[in-house]
Amino acid sequence: MTTSTKNAVSITDAFLEIGKNLPQSNWNSALRKEGISLLSAQGLPASKVEEYKFTPVAKKIQDTLSNLSHAPASSNVVAEKVDEHRIPGLDSHVVVFNNGSYDATLSAFDSSEVTVTSFGDMPTDSLEKTLGKIAPAGKDPFIALNQLAIESGVWIEIATGTALKKPVLILQFVEGSLQGQSVHQRSYIQIGKNAAATLIEKVVSLDDTPYFLNGVTEINVGENSQVAFYRLQDESKFAIEVNNTEVNVPRDATFSSAVISLQGLMIRNNLSINLLDSNSLGNMYGLYLLNGHSHVDNHTNVDHTKPHAESNELYKGILADHSRGVFNGKIFVRQDAQKTNAFQQNNNILLSEDAVINTKPQLEIWADDVKCSHGCTTGQLDEEALFYLRSRGISKESSRGMLLYAFAGEVLEKITNENFREYCVGLVQERLGSNHI
Amino acid sequence: MSKDNEILEQFTSKEYEHGWSVEYEADEAPLGLNEGIIRWISAKKEEPQWLLDWRLKAYKTWEQMTEPEWANIHYPKIDFQRTRYYSAPKKSKKTDSLDEIDPELLKIYDRLGISLNEQKRLQGIAVDAVLDSVSVGTTFRDTLSKHGIIFCSFSEAVKEHPELIKKYLGSVVPISDNYYAALNSAVFSDGSFCYIPKGVRCPMELSTYFRINAANTGQFERTLIVAEESSYVSYLEGCTAPQRDENQLHAAVVEIYAAKNAEVKYSTVQNWFPGDKNGKGGIYNFVTKRGICAGDHSKISWTQVETGSAITWKYPSCILKGNYSIGEFYSVAVTNNYQQADTGTKMIHIGKNTRSRIVSKGISAGHSQNSYRGQVQVMKRATNARNFSQCDSLLMGSTCGAHTFPYIDISNSTAQVEHEATTSKIGEDQIFYCNQRGIATEDAVALIVNGYAKEVLNQLPMEFAVEAQKLLALTLEGSVG
Repeated sequence: MTTSTKNAVSITDAFLEIGKNLPQSNWNSALRKEGISLLSAQGLPASKVEEYKFTPVAKKIQDTLSNLSHAPASSNVVAEKVDEHRIPGLDSHVVVFNNGSYDATLSAFDSSEVTVTSFGDMPTDSLEKTLGKIAPAGKDPFIALNQLAIESGVWIEIATGTALKKPVLILQFVEGSLQGQSVHQRSYIQIGKNAAATLIEKVVSLDDTPYFLNGVTEINVGENSQVAFYRLQDESKFAIEVNNTEVNVPRDATFSSAVISLQGLMIRNNLSINLLDSNSLGNMYGLYLLNGHSHVDNHTNVDHTKPHAESNELYKGILADHSRGVFNGKIFVRQDAQKTNAFQQNNNILLSEDAVINTKPQLEIWADDVKCSHGCTTGQLDEEALFYLRSRGISKESSRGMLLYAFAGEVLEKITNENFREYCVGLVQERLGSNHI
Repeated sequence: MSKDNEILEQFTSKEYEHGWSVEYEADEAPLGLNEGIIRWISAKKEEPQWLLDWRLKAYKTWEQMTEPEWANIHYPKIDFQRTRYYSAPKKSKKTDSLDEIDPELLKIYDRLGISLNEQKRLQGIAVDAVLDSVSVGTTFRDTLSKHGIIFCSFSEAVKEHPELIKKYLGSVVPISDNYYAALNSAVFSDGSFCYIPKGVRCPMELSTYFRINAANTGQFERTLIVAEESSYVSYLEGCTAPQRDENQLHAAVVEIYAAKNAEVKYSTVQNWFPGDKNGKGGIYNFVTKRGICAGDHSKISWTQVETGSAITWKYPSCILKGNYSIGEFYSVAVTNNYQQADTGTKMIHIGKNTRSRIVSKGISAGHSQNSYRGQVQVMKRATNARNFSQCDSLLMGSTCGAHTFPYIDISNSTAQVEHEATTSKIGEDQIFYCNQRGIATEDAVALIVNGYAKEVLNQLPMEFAVEAQKLLALTLEGSVG
């Protein structure tokens, strides 16, 4: 099913058309209906919409994908590909997505630690009770769009009291087509009480053709659990991606996120953490290291609802060439949430005349006994530090690389899984060592 | 805590000091807004045709605009047809000599503590007093005119210096800038005009005092300040209104033009009626203030102390067009009871080596909501732009809110921009420290708040600093964190 996005047909209509023509099954018909009605009511955000002011995703899709189609699974996702894209040296459970749909044969996991079930194999009533509850479709038009096009998805569950011995690696293979394809991926991650888990999601572009990936991940953390969720975005130059990650963090639980964005035509990350009870902790870290025409937008939202919770946020960006970075961090502190500690920091380095940064660190506070602060800086490399290194015989390129690495390293340090951290460090150093960043 | 609550109670029940009103005969426009009213106002003020055309154009633009809803403020929709757009004291015949002014009007200003008569005798500030819709008196005109400085009401300026008005009116805040600016352009009644010629340093503080007296009346004044090359002026603005049950609208526009090497310092102490402690009544203060540093090395500095108004919606901004130009914004915004403030600034860096500095201190108490909303924009060609922003919030009591919405948009790699914000309350340890040294809790709070706001209060001219400190003490003494 293809719908031309040129002519007068708007991109929203094109998506609605796709949604109406997709086959339905028991579990997704209600979700799809809701998605269609919400999307036809509000449409995809235009450039005037505050939340998408600097990141006109709909326009980008319209300009890049001439024929919008719903992507079928690719025949190029094979076992060799999976092995090629594992994290070197990291023993992990592997969950494979092929153009948004779960590939059970290529996935490999130890079911005593983690279970992965396709939505189609789940009891319909339990899905109805959970899907779309943490990430309601009314919250963001792209969640509605995901619901509209939802065809498959997985339920990843880590049982109560389980501490994973090895992390779960989620490999998202995406293959576009010359005209462009849209991929809608969905997962629900259920983590029981007293559990510990590390999940790593890596998006792999199979080739250099344009695509639009729209993912929604709902994470329900159990009480007293420790969860780390890392995302690596080193995609093709023509990749357009929106992902919504919504997390519920209850009492005594910790959720830490790190998003490393290295390339993509336009990437929008919506991360929303709900700190539901006391002694919950939310950490959000991000690094965007961009060149060419890459555009990465990180919108984060942390909602403090109960007393004695804490959140930390650190996002750093290095922007070269014509790249653009957008950061919008929101901290909400509700009236009940006394004794909250919330910290937010966003630092950026612009390396070229044509790079742009739009940042908006936002605080909304309704409680008085709180410690909240945010800071934001934009600048360039310190000339004196450069001179110091050069006067000791270090070349200009190396000095620059060292200083930039020191800047970026602060975020990478937050990744607790050693193999994955080393892998990211390698990717970042490779970029910083070259003249192009 | 009981003592704390008691003090908090005392503080929140404090009444508005300037809540009185005076009966005088007024010349009023009928309620409502339409083209006829605009023609009526324009005729009343004997305006030239070009200004009427300008107003009508603004009205047409306004009609097509929609009320902005993005601000973090909530209020029932304003019925623009139930507001009166013009009210003037009947006997006020504009004169240069204060002796001819209706003594009733002078009394109003005496009660406000701005005695126009006294101004005549004492060396100090030149005042342009605006009551409801018209300017009732301007002091020190002779002294100022010796220096070639023009300081008069807007309507006089239209008659006497049409070429200046024509050149600068709407040049910084165009008609279509925003909803309230368009409304103001259509119905503005009076205001102050100030022109500082080349190379002149204004010998005294210039000041406008605004007062809304009539009921159901909106005040729409327009201030235009033009500072020519290498001139300097410091300008003060103060405002009060009587205590009334209904909400009154105040939609003003201030435009500042600074040429090469010129410096303009604009200070506001805003004390409109904030509504009673249940949030009834009060002024809706929707103001557009903007200055342009058009020439190289020019400087515009905004200082504001915002204590009044039920709702404040105000973003004094600087367009830094000239190379090496400087923009500054210092603000203390205090909200109490059910007041809402959404205020901040915009610094638009266009020229090279431009610098800006933002210091915003918000204090919220009671059920109030206090938001800082600011933008720092560095354009592509603005090399070596530098900005430092600091916005702190102080919360008193658990039912108020403090919000920060800073927008930082940088398109030049040589820009250096820093923003930091903190939110805190008055620490029990701080109070304890003071108590221990024999300072009563109330005084300790006043001390801490004054210290917290010092950085901004220091920027005010001396005459205003006293008033501002008094206001702060009045609003906040005894409130406890």
